[in-house]
Amino acid sequence: MTAATKPKFVYVTYISSTPENVFNALTDPEMTKQYWVRHRNASDWKPGSEWRHEDYDDPSLVDIVGTVVERTPPKTLVITWAFPADKGNAAKTSRVRFDVEPWRSVVRLTVTHDELEPGGPMLKGVSSGWPLILSSLKTLLESGRPLAGTSTRMTEPPK
Amino acid sequence: MDKLDRVFRALADAGRRTLLDQLRADNGQTLTELCEHLDMSRQAVTKHLRLLEDAGLVVVVWRGREKLHYLNPVPIHEMAERWIGKFERHRLRALSDLKKRLEGKGDDRSD
Repeated sequence: MTAATKPKFVYVTYISSTPENVFNALTDPEMTKQYWVRHRNASDWKPGSEWRHEDYDDPSLVDIVGTVVERTPPKTLVITWAFPADKGNAAKTSRVRFDVEPWRSVVRLTVTHDELEPGGPMLKGVSSGWPLILSSLKTLLESGRPLAGTSTRMTEPPK
Repeated sequence: MDKLDRVFRALADAGRRTLLDQLRADNGQTLTELCEHLDMSRQAVTKHLRLLEDAGLVVVVWRGREKLHYLNPVPIHEMAERWIGKFERHRLRALSDLKKRLEGKGDDRSD
């Protein structure tokens, strides 16, 4: 985040779990398929590497692509975020930062999504998507079961 | 106080709901920016913001010496999930879309 810009969305959820488990759940396909509408985040997670948000059952269905900016387990994950059609288009590439911190006896997970194109389609999807995914992640880690409806695809894959 | 109690208490006030509306329209405002749009004293806004922060409905991000306030809808989502069943979400969304269309609202907020 530069001094001139401010993040567009900041989401916080408190999860009764360990930082390691919360951090791992962001990229473990067996976890994401349960709470992140049957998707997985595929990458070798090295800074500079590409990552893809793809269908768990059919990896050829890619919804989001980006680059790994920073990964410091179990604290920080920073990635860029764009529709596959906008890959390489800086104006249509946003940035997502996950911060995992111990907070009292639980874990505070903060998701900051910024550099979003004003009025763009991503802006709309983001504001309805994160609260659902984050509350399902919390429920899965705390109860062993995700929220109803978050284990299957919700939308048709992009054509 | 229970976490859910704090969320309900924070939402049970028209002034605090207006504050959340302000952040929804323009996320990441400072106290001064928020006060410009509201017919409330700075002290009242500060007090309301503290309650909203305690409930987790507002998240603070420091940018240098500026304190920016963000709407955090995650607790509202968690609250709704408690009573919304697995197969109801799509039907509720369809009903809410229909209501919006019939009432001619472009925005999905209803007061």
